[in-house]
Parts: sequence; structure tokens; C-alpha cells
Amino acid sequence: MLQRTTYLSHSYNKPNGWSLSAYEAAGGYRGVRRALSMTREQVIDEVKKAKIRGRGGAGFDCGTKWSFMPKESRKPHYLVINADEGEPGTFKDRTIMELNPHALIEGCMIGCYGIGAHAAYIYVRDELHLSKERLWAAIKEARAKGYLGKTPFGGGYELDIYVHTGAGAYICGEETALLNSLEGKRGEPRLKPPFPAQYGAFGCPTTVNNVETIAIVPTVFDVGGDAFAKLSTLYPFNDGGARLFGVSGHVKRPGVYECAVGLTLRELIYDLGGGILGDRKLMAVIPGGSSCPVHLPDEIVNVPNDPRFEPYNGKSILDLPLGVDTFRNVGSMLGTCCAIVMSDAVDPVLAMHNLIRFYRHESCGQCTPCREGCGWIERIVNKVVAGTATREELDQVHDIASDIMGNTICAFGEGAAQPMLAFVKRFRKQLEDYVDTGGKSQTHRLEL
Amino acid sequence: MAFALSAERERELEDILARYPNKMAACIPVLHLCQEQNQNWVSPDVIDFVARKLDLSAAHVKGVVTFYTLFNQKPVGKHQVWVCRTLSCALRGSDRILAHCEKKLGCHAGETSKDGKVTLRTAECLASCGTAPMMQVDKQYYENLTIEEVDRILDRLTRS
Ligand SMILES: Cc1cc2nc3c(=O)[nH]c(=O)nc-3n(C[C@H](O)[C@H](O)[C@H](O)COP(=O)(O)O)c2cc1C
Ligand code: SF4
Ligand code: FES
Repeated sequence: MLQRTTYLSHSYNKPNGWSLSAYEAAGGYRGVRRALSMTREQVIDEVKKAKIRGRGGAGFDCGTKWSFMPKESRKPHYLVINADEGEPGTFKDRTIMELNPHALIEGCMIGCYGIGAHAAYIYVRDELHLSKERLWAAIKEARAKGYLGKTPFGGGYELDIYVHTGAGAYICGEETALLNSLEGKRGEPRLKPPFPAQYGAFGCPTTVNNVETIAIVPTVFDVGGDAFAKLSTLYPFNDGGARLFGVSGHVKRPGVYECAVGLTLRELIYDLGGGILGDRKLMAVIPGGSSCPVHLPDEIVNVPNDPRFEPYNGKSILDLPLGVDTFRNVGSMLGTCCAIVMSDAVDPVLAMHNLIRFYRHESCGQCTPCREGCGWIERIVNKVVAGTATREELDQVHDIASDIMGNTICAFGEGAAQPMLAFVKRFRKQLEDYVDTGGKSQTHRLEL
Repeated sequence: MAFALSAERERELEDILARYPNKMAACIPVLHLCQEQNQNWVSPDVIDFVARKLDLSAAHVKGVVTFYTLFNQKPVGKHQVWVCRTLSCALRGSDRILAHCEKKLGCHAGETSKDGKVTLRTAECLASCGTAPMMQVDKQYYENLTIEEVDRILDRLTRS
């Protein structure tokens, strides 16, 4: 159901909407005052009630993640914000950092208090210079007001926040790679366990959360956890509140739209996105960043034995509300909730080619199945495009991708394999046409 | 000549160190700081400097430098241009934008124009997919690009 909200985006079109005065005029820094008057346990309970599913891609419940942090420990605790935003098709966190940075700063304060940390690091990819600038400016404003430092808001809970920069590596968005990078090392993912809540940044208990996950937390303390959760039509799926939806590719109005959870792909593409460019037909859509499977509009939802799916069974996947568990149950993934739309004028084989080149380039190389598998698939798809591949090699793509799944240190492996499996399954005919005709294609282009 | 930071950047380095529980964590920010002062590349001198400043081995610093694409291990042009070519941008014509840049600058992606003004590169998704096609010039994003806009930007760079 399409229901626009403005919890994060109220400042997006205001002049100087990113300043502290604009933020406070809109009710900012009320939530943190309320949170600091509660106990740590009460803060976590409130966040649990809000049913915020992690906005970084994995969709883990935010309050539950916070509750994994040790109650007592002699080591310091850290909150680390994942602002690496590198998943192809994803451009939502940047809007928060550039246009509403105080929401993230206030969220960090509440998060730190909730997990028992006194410092937060915001790990921003280096390319986002304006984001870093706006965040530092917001931190300085908050320090000057006495909201950060030894005695925030006159209380005794010391807090500070720092911006840290990456240096260009998609894999640093993976949380343990990000921690290594924060520590000044190569950004290679770590074996888990131990999990960050036990052994995270600098060997200390750490919570890693996405920018948007944390930026929405102040709203929870403003409107109340329960009320926030119930904004969503996916409340029965424990998927609460409102979030940012992105849409890019072949739509008339690409962009970031804030809505209550429960929005469908059809609403995102046609109502918010304005429909397909040139009024063409929709060929395919990737629901939430390139690591998700690609879908065709004529796929039908069928999840028997789960009454929650009754309203959706028999309908197109375009009419299934975008939620973490709704999409997981149909063999897909919600990811970052930023859809990539392709019209029927484009060649899906070239889209597959574009993506495997990305994954081969970004694999950190620690695990053989990922490093070699991505390279191998890329070589085969290169041959497909050049018209020199065989049908057996198309089957090989499926086998190689299947062998990556579950056999790697980090989830990059699945993120690379899933889209390849989906392209081979849904565009088998187009791939075979390439093979059979020695590289001829209907359109041979990606742009309209 | 051995590498050294300006007085202002030395102060910034102290600022950076104060943010972390140990010196190693300052490695990436300090490398950025040095690279900026060193005409945008990390020379062997820079690596030695950072290693000394942060009590790290040169091997550690080199390992970091080689992992991240934004540390240049060779000299680069006065300006750097990155054209994003990942899927959302490709769907909006990034191939055309890149081809135009190559033609206009007379060099391929990965190379520097003959006058030494511009190093042209491709980038993977820069979180601007809703305003594709796009490119980054030094620290600035240019979005919703047209060929005419690219011409204006590149002309400005080659005149600078
Ligand atoms: C290869 C890879 C890249 C990732 N990139 C990002 C990213 O850019 N931003 C992000 O927030 N999470 C990213 N994640 C997910 C993080 O590992 C982690 O799940 C997330 O930051 C947790 O925050 P959340 O629970 O608030 O969503 C990535 C994961 C993988 C495997
Ligand atoms: S799965 Fe790929 S990216 Fe992740 S650790 Fe292994 S090689 Fe690196
Ligand atoms: S694909 Fe180019 S900015 Fe995302």
C-alpha cells in the first residue's frame, strides 16, 4: 500500500535543511532526550517494539542485534555505522548524510546509549565527500551545543562521534571487512564466529548498523516503538515502520521515496517512478541492489501453508509488498530496497555481463570459490557476448554459481552467485540465442 | 627528497590520531592526507613516512595501499575523472559518456591525457544511480549528465 511518510525526508527540500537549527525546528533531538531518561534495557525494548529490520541488506532486527551486546564488560563498546553504500543500484544513505545528517547523529547517540558505547565511528566511503563534510559539520554543531562530549544534555553519559573514511573497495561494506578497514588494515572479511558483538572493532564488543537503520531510531523515541511499527502493513511479518525506497534505471522519475513499509514494486515503478521510460514494457526488475535475484513481471507468488500470504498468492510478484520476509519466502531478497528497472528494449545478457564484471572486480580474493568462480563466470559470459560460448558453458555458469553459494567466508559469494543463477534461469532463451547465432542479439544494448 | 607534511596537515594528523584507540587505525585517513599533498599519489617516500609516523611496518602500509583502489601507486594527472559504468548508469547511457570522454581526451580509461591534465577512469557504482549517468571529477559529483555537459566539464579541466 502506498503511504508516503517524511520522518527522514522532511528536510530534503528545505534550504539548509541539514543544519541543526532546521533539524530542531522540525522536532529533532527530542527522541534522544527521552531515550537518555530511560534505562539501557528500556531503550532496547523500545527499539525492538519498532520492528526495524536492518536497512543495510540482511534485514536483521535492529533491537535484537543491540541486545546481543554484553551487559557488563571491562572493554569499551563501539557503535560503527556502515556508510559504505556501494551496492549497485543503492543511493539512499547518501541522501540522509547530505540532507538530514543530524538524524544520523541523534540516532548514533541513542544507539551508543542502548549498547553501552561511548563512541561511534561512521565509516563513509571516500567518494562521498559532501556526505563527510555535512556529517562533520553536524558533529561540530552538536558538540558546540553540548549534545556531544563529557555531559550530553547536561547528563553524565559521555558520547562522541567520528567520521572515518574508506578508500574505494565495495567489500568494505561487509561488516567485518569494514571493521578491518576501520582498524587500518586491508578490508578483508573475517571468519565468523566470533561475531562483532563479542569481538568487533579493536577487539571490543561492537554493533555495526546501516546509516538508515540508525537514522530512523530517533523517530521511534518520538512517536513510540509500537506506533512506528504499526505504520507498516507488514506488521505480521515483524517488518515495521517506514523506510526509504529507491528506484533507478528505466523509469521516468528515478529517485528516493520515503514510504510506510508495505509498498509494492508496482507502486514503486509506476506510481512513484512514473512508469517505464518511453512508455515501453517492463522486462525485468532487481528488487533491492544488484546482489538480489532478477525478476520477471509475470512471476506469480505462491507460498502455500502460510496464512499471511493469502492476500498475495496468485498475484504477480510486482504486487507483493516489499518486505524482508515476504521476499525471502518467494526465493528472492529485499536487500537495500532500491530497485533497478529494465525495459523491454534492453538486452538482459549485457546486464548479466555488466554485473559479473562488477563482482569479479570486487571479490577480495580470500576464498577460492568466490575469487575463481567469479572470474570463471565472467570469462564464460565474455564468450557468450562474443558469440563463442557453447550451451554446455551456460550450464557451467549455473554449476559454478551453485558451488560458490555457502562455501565462502562472507556473503559476497552469495551476492555474486544469486544474480547469476537468476539470470541463467530467467533469460536462458536469450543466452541460448547468443550461443546459437554466434553472438547476435535483438538489441545488443543497455541504454534505451 | 624525503616526504613531509605541511604544518597545517601535521596538525590535522594529530587531530586524526586523537580519534582512535591506537595509531594503526589512522592508517587510511593519514594516507589520504599524504596523498593529497603528494600530487595525488602514494610514492614509496609516502609509505615510509606513514609507517614511521604510525609505528607500522612499511610492508603493512604497502599492503593497505595496494588493497584500495583510491590510493594511486603511480603519478596521475592534475585532475581525476571517474565515469560510473555499473548497471544503473549503464542503463542510462554511461557507455556513451565514457566513449565521449575517451575521444575528447584522446586517451583510454585508465590513462592520462597527453597534456597531463586529466586521468580518466571507470568507477563502480558511486551511489548516484537515481541521477545516472554520472561522473566524479576530483571531489565533485556531476549527475544527470548529457554529452554537452561533459564537454563543458572537460573543457574547464583542460583549460585549468
Ligand atoms: C559484500 C557486502 C557488501 C555490503 N555492503 C553494505 C553497504 O554498503 N552498506 C551497508 O549498510 N551494509 C552493507 N552490507 C551489509 C553489512 O554486512 C551489514 O549486514 C549491515 O551493515 C548491518 O546493518 P543493518 O543491520 O543495520 O542493516 C554488505 C554486505 C556484504 C556481504
Ligand atoms: S566471499 Fe569473496 S569477497 Fe567474501 S571473503 Fe571470500 S573472496 Fe572475499
Ligand atoms: S550505478 Fe552508477 S552510481 Fe550507481
